[in-house]
Amino acid sequence: MALKFAFYLAAGCAGCEMALVDLADRLIDALGDLEIVFWAPTVADIKYKDLEAMPDKSIDIALVDGAIRLSEQEHIVKVLRKKAKILVAFGACAAMGGIPGLANLHTKDEIFETVYFNTYSTDNPDGVVPQTKCVVDGKYELTLPEFWNEVKALHQVVDVDYFVGGCPPHHEHVAKIVEAIVSGNLPPKGSWITDGKSVCDVCPRNPANKGETRETVKEVKRTIEGIPDEERCLLQQGYLCFGPITQGDCGASCPKVNIPCRGCGGPLPGVKDFGARAIASLASILEDSAVDQLMEKYPSLAKLFYRYSLPVATINKRR
Amino acid sequence: MSEEWEPNIIVIACNWCTYQAADLAGSLRYSYPPTVKVVRVPCSGRVEPEFVLEALINGADGVLIGGCHPGDCHYKEGNYKALRRFKLLHKLLTELGIEPERVRLEWIGGSEGLKFAEVMKEFDATIRKLGPNPLKR
Ligand code: SF4
Ligand code: SF4
Ligand code: SF4
Ligand code: FES
Repeated sequence: MALKFAFYLAAGCAGCEMALVDLADRLIDALGDLEIVFWAPTVADIKYKDLEAMPDKSIDIALVDGAIRLSEQEHIVKVLRKKAKILVAFGACAAMGGIPGLANLHTKDEIFETVYFNTYSTDNPDGVVPQTKCVVDGKYELTLPEFWNEVKALHQVVDVDYFVGGCPPHHEHVAKIVEAIVSGNLPPKGSWITDGKSVCDVCPRNPANKGETRETVKEVKRTIEGIPDEERCLLQQGYLCFGPITQGDCGASCPKVNIPCRGCGGPLPGVKDFGARAIASLASILEDSAVDQLMEKYPSLAKLFYRYSLPVATINKRR
Repeated sequence: MSEEWEPNIIVIACNWCTYQAADLAGSLRYSYPPTVKVVRVPCSGRVEPEFVLEALINGADGVLIGGCHPGDCHYKEGNYKALRRFKLLHKLLTELGIEPERVRLEWIGGSEGLKFAEVMKEFDATIRKLGPNPLKR
């Protein structure tokens, strides 16, 4: 019997859904085993009320991509949690808060101020900001969801059975996950679905894999400075790479195209706070002067170290 | 702020220096505030940034890392690593809205019992001025 499958996009960009669609013919093969009962708002025309009417635990597996920012998203994931036997936080936003989670460095007022008044392209002479309710023509009441004060990862709102890293997850990794779902060969609940290797482990530049020794780093460079050597470890060249502390299910996608890892794959097991571990990792390899340089060159360390994980950090928003 | 609020200060002290200094302060009867709780580690280089975050999230109003003076670390460069970590962590915490004065790094040698007592008094006063940790408010 086909597995009943649901996919929901919360506060994300739908890139994670693209990663599934990227499986192309392999997805079509898998569709023989999957019955799509809900995929909103991107793919299937199934309404929230249809989802709400489904019997509890009638969906075999539900994937959520995107973080939780609005009351609507919170409501839908709570409904999904009831309807689904297995709920997966799929991709960096759902698993860790992701890029939208960086908004936790700003208050709701600051965000509204920027978005509705201060951007170059904004023309808002009447100073209109979204209201959760408004009445049109004296009789039609229109509503918008509430914008919460902070962004949360999925497990901070409902119980989550599995976590998948990546922004988006690499399609080869997605293929393995689909296979695991279809065959029922899933790890213990509550875990990340990962090979457990670091990005460095799978990186062709890794000095350890080439019999080279790691040197301390004298100079820090931002990615906009110069063009990195294509072969050497990026960290060794001074480009801050988080490969040592990140799950490498992407197969070191970024270092392979000359870009340092920023941690979207999720923390290696044992890493409780990604930013704190990034500091520990960099402080071990950078020389004193390189640390000073890093602090001069990067205007925001929080946005660098918690690029994908601020909502799940120990201190998860600006106080 | 409630009237009975007393600061909760965590000092993560290197066994070879700051911890000895705390001991010495005790035996020489240099008094320091009872708000200070000392945790012993083998070297300031052992202090993971995660320790400081954990202390803060669990309600510490101030965290001080005490290490050997530059050049005096028993493991040669643990304290230099501690300083590199501290600089980054300190800036990060400031960005997250934690007042910079709440988290501190000091070099206090094993014979500096008086310095230990003085630093603790001063730190306690600073924390009293700042009030409770904003993560608790
Ligand atoms: S994890 Fe990345 S690709 Fe997926 S929804 Fe979030 S921003 Fe988009
Ligand atoms: S630090 Fe980055 S570039 Fe260097 S080996 Fe690790 S992943 Fe590759
Ligand atoms: S290298 Fe790092 S940032 Fe790039 S895709 Fe892999 S985990 Fe994500
Ligand atoms: S032994 Fe004291 S700081 Fe290293």
